[in-house]
Amino acid sequence: MEITPDQIVYWEWGVVTLNATLVFSWVVMGLLAVGSRLVTRNLTSGPEIPRWQNVLELIVSRIRDQIAEASGGRPDRYLPFVGTLFLFIVTCNVLDAVPGFKAPTASLTTTAALATCVFVAVPVFGIARRGLGDYLRQYVRPAPLMLPFHVIGELSRTLALAVRLFGNITSGSLIVAIVLSIAPLFFPVVMQALGLLIGVIQAYVFAILALVYIASAERAHQQETTDSASAT
Amino acid sequence: MDTVGLVAMASIIISGLTIAIGSIGPALGEGRALAQALNAMAQQPDEANTITRTLFVGLAMVESTAIYCFVISLILIFANPFWNYVIGG
Repeated sequence: MEITPDQIVYWEWGVVTLNATLVFSWVVMGLLAVGSRLVTRNLTSGPEIPRWQNVLELIVSRIRDQIAEASGGRPDRYLPFVGTLFLFIVTCNVLDAVPGFKAPTASLTTTAALATCVFVAVPVFGIARRGLGDYLRQYVRPAPLMLPFHVIGELSRTLALAVRLFGNITSGSLIVAIVLSIAPLFFPVVMQALGLLIGVIQAYVFAILALVYIASAERAHQQETTDSASAT
Repeated sequence: MDTVGLVAMASIIISGLTIAIGSIGPALGEGRALAQALNAMAQQPDEANTITRTLFVGLAMVESTAIYCFVISLILIFANPFWNYVIGG
């Protein structure tokens, strides 16, 4: 039994290996890119809008609403990054219900890469908003003694982000595989449905946490004290 | 018992214990959070949407401690780092 799609290797040449994680990530990327390209090819602003444009508008405006609600205004600043994270993860997790598709998020490499993106994006957003000196000063606030704790907190929350997504998706597919071998009639469908719910919730949690981390790095001084509370 | 058997036995027993003990805390915490959320929803049905959303996010975060235990037991069974020492050395 494979516990991660990394172990399914389709093609190998020297150090270059083509495993299921990579292939299905490309499938999801292609699906998202080609799908949205096809839909946005002929946009209209008239009263009669095409069906798929309606779907896309619904998704984007809903994500904007959620971001505005969670960050307190200015959704357009975060929409490209957080929205992309959410759409990629949710597509991976939902397509996991398709037979033969191995969710790339069930591999620790994918989730670690996504968490690293968040890890890098937090200082980028923070410095762009507050300037380098002001951003770095938050690490020694309220006292320089807190510096190691801030650094450890930043690293451990990145690790937690990666392991949370990986563990949830892996446990979902593993439970289905185990149940399939002991009670294959009806029960796996229920667990699969639960897996769909968990996949969507975890995608939401990942995006919201990324947003919270970025927003807390951007925040002005007066709310500095709440930073450490929301960091973990 | 030889070393391979000892490592296998320790890994299997400990991975079972990990998930068993590690799921007690999150289970209690999730139950408590759910009870509080139901209470809040009964008192303020208008806020049910906000409460449900926050509840889901909170539950997912509480659950992540159980997920860490699950990952540890997976590592112990499927990717135990001590196998290399025992079999190689």
